[in-house]
Amino acid sequence: MRIAIVGGGVAGTLTANYLAMRLREELRSKKLEILLISEREKMLYEPGLLYLIFNRVEEKDIVKELKLLLDPGVKLLIGKAEKLDLENQKVLMKNESIDYDYLVIATGSRIVPEEIPGLVETGHWFYDLEGAKRLRNELANFKKGKVVVSVMGIPHKCPVAPIEVTFLLHDFFKLHGIRKDVEIVYTYPVNRVFTMGNVSELVEQMFADRKISSRLFFNPVEVDAKKKEIVTLEGEREKFDLLVAIPPHKGAKIIIDSGINEDGWVPTEKFTLKVKGYDNVFALGDTTDLPISKAGSVAHFQAEVLAENISAEIKGLPPTARYFGKAMCFIETGFDEATYIWFDYETPPRFVKPNKFTHWMKIAYNRMFWLTARGIL
Amino acid sequence: MIIDARGSYCPGPLMELIKAMKKAKVGEVLEVLSSDASSAKDIPEWVKKSGHELLEVKNEGDHWRIVVRKVK
Ligand SMILES: Cc1cc2nc3c(=O)[nH]c(=O)nc-3n(C[C@H](O)[C@H](O)[C@H](O)COP(=O)(O)OP(=O)(O)OC[C@H]3O[C@@H](n4cnc5c(N)ncnc54)[C@H](O)[C@@H]3O)c2cc1C
Repeated sequence: MRIAIVGGGVAGTLTANYLAMRLREELRSKKLEILLISEREKMLYEPGLLYLIFNRVEEKDIVKELKLLLDPGVKLLIGKAEKLDLENQKVLMKNESIDYDYLVIATGSRIVPEEIPGLVETGHWFYDLEGAKRLRNELANFKKGKVVVSVMGIPHKCPVAPIEVTFLLHDFFKLHGIRKDVEIVYTYPVNRVFTMGNVSELVEQMFADRKISSRLFFNPVEVDAKKKEIVTLEGEREKFDLLVAIPPHKGAKIIIDSGINEDGWVPTEKFTLKVKGYDNVFALGDTTDLPISKAGSVAHFQAEVLAENISAEIKGLPPTARYFGKAMCFIETGFDEATYIWFDYETPPRFVKPNKFTHWMKIAYNRMFWLTARGIL
Repeated sequence: MIIDARGSYCPGPLMELIKAMKKAKVGEVLEVLSSDASSAKDIPEWVKKSGHELLEVKNEGDHWRIVVRKVK
């Protein structure tokens, strides 16, 4: 029997490790194989990118060899899966076809800056390693002018990261004594600064305190490279000296190529995480179409549910675990304070006043994450 | 063109409309079906700001029907 997991990000790695812990006997007796297929040999701890742009962490702190994170019971195959054939229960690689009994789709999401003309040439972002390194160098040289933090599509990874980067930019420029020479503008696609009402209210107040202005109902369609202006669907133009974009996102190409969904989001049943229409195919993490944040914490909580249910099925036990939309996000509100939110499908977030203790918890978690990836924490 | 965003939550239906608007031709009529009540407020506000024409906002029992014409 084989469980194939496609994608070696947070979602795939945690699922593989949790399954291996629960199915030790089945692995030992060789009745079962847990196969993790990943196109990358390394895992990137994406939340670390937020600190890398201010040179608070380096690349080596946030990238680790995948094979060192995996339980020895998990078989790792480095390579790109080309297609998922759900009808015939196969994962197609370039030169081989892999049969499975259970499939876990954990192919995540990716940024597609090329979908906004002019953005690649003129803009910056911190949503991948290369982009973050470029932005780090740019920020170190930035002395004065207008910085626009622009969210160019919803959904995107980590809903709160654009707000956090805006607060951190404010602190960074203040620390360097140039805040008075820098204007900070934040733009968002809908008519408030965040999708959730009560978070918006707090953030709007904090933006006002820091003299950060915002443009709402702001949906960029193009970046005018010559004039250094963002052009929107609503017909507005916004000038910038430095553009920090949150580029539009899509699901993985394999989901589109396999005809599962045109934007790459896998239709997923919200409580069982089964791919709609299939009993032995599951999806978790950024790749699902669920109305929940694209966050590592979500992938983590979903992996617990999936591992419990798949291992129960294999052992002939009742698979009764359910995912209820549980999510947790830290929100860094500056270089020395943070708050956090917990929420689920039915409970809106509530949060504590930004404080130093929560910030230090986050800084500690940035290191402890590697224990989470191994399935320990 | 019908955008069936029932079952999706704020800001899903609005973002679906925005995605469709980017591709639609001037003059085209787009119809959004949404089970999220806030769409009935947010979508008309967005349509007003972006200068398109709001043709109808109707409560159809378990969902809202919002009809918009792309003007420019
Ligand atoms: C700047 C930033 C800050 C963030 N901050 C936070 C935070 O504070 N808290 C939080 O909870 N989350 C945060 N996140 C979000 C978090 O990083 C993601 O939600 C999480 O990584 C999703 O995990 P995933 O495994 O679903 O997807 P991914 O991490 O995208 O992994 C998917 C993997 O699948 C692989 N893959 C795709 N297609 C194929 C294929 N065909 N064959 C083989 N492999 C394939 C990809 O290469 C990738 O390795 C942040 C993200 C960013 C970018």
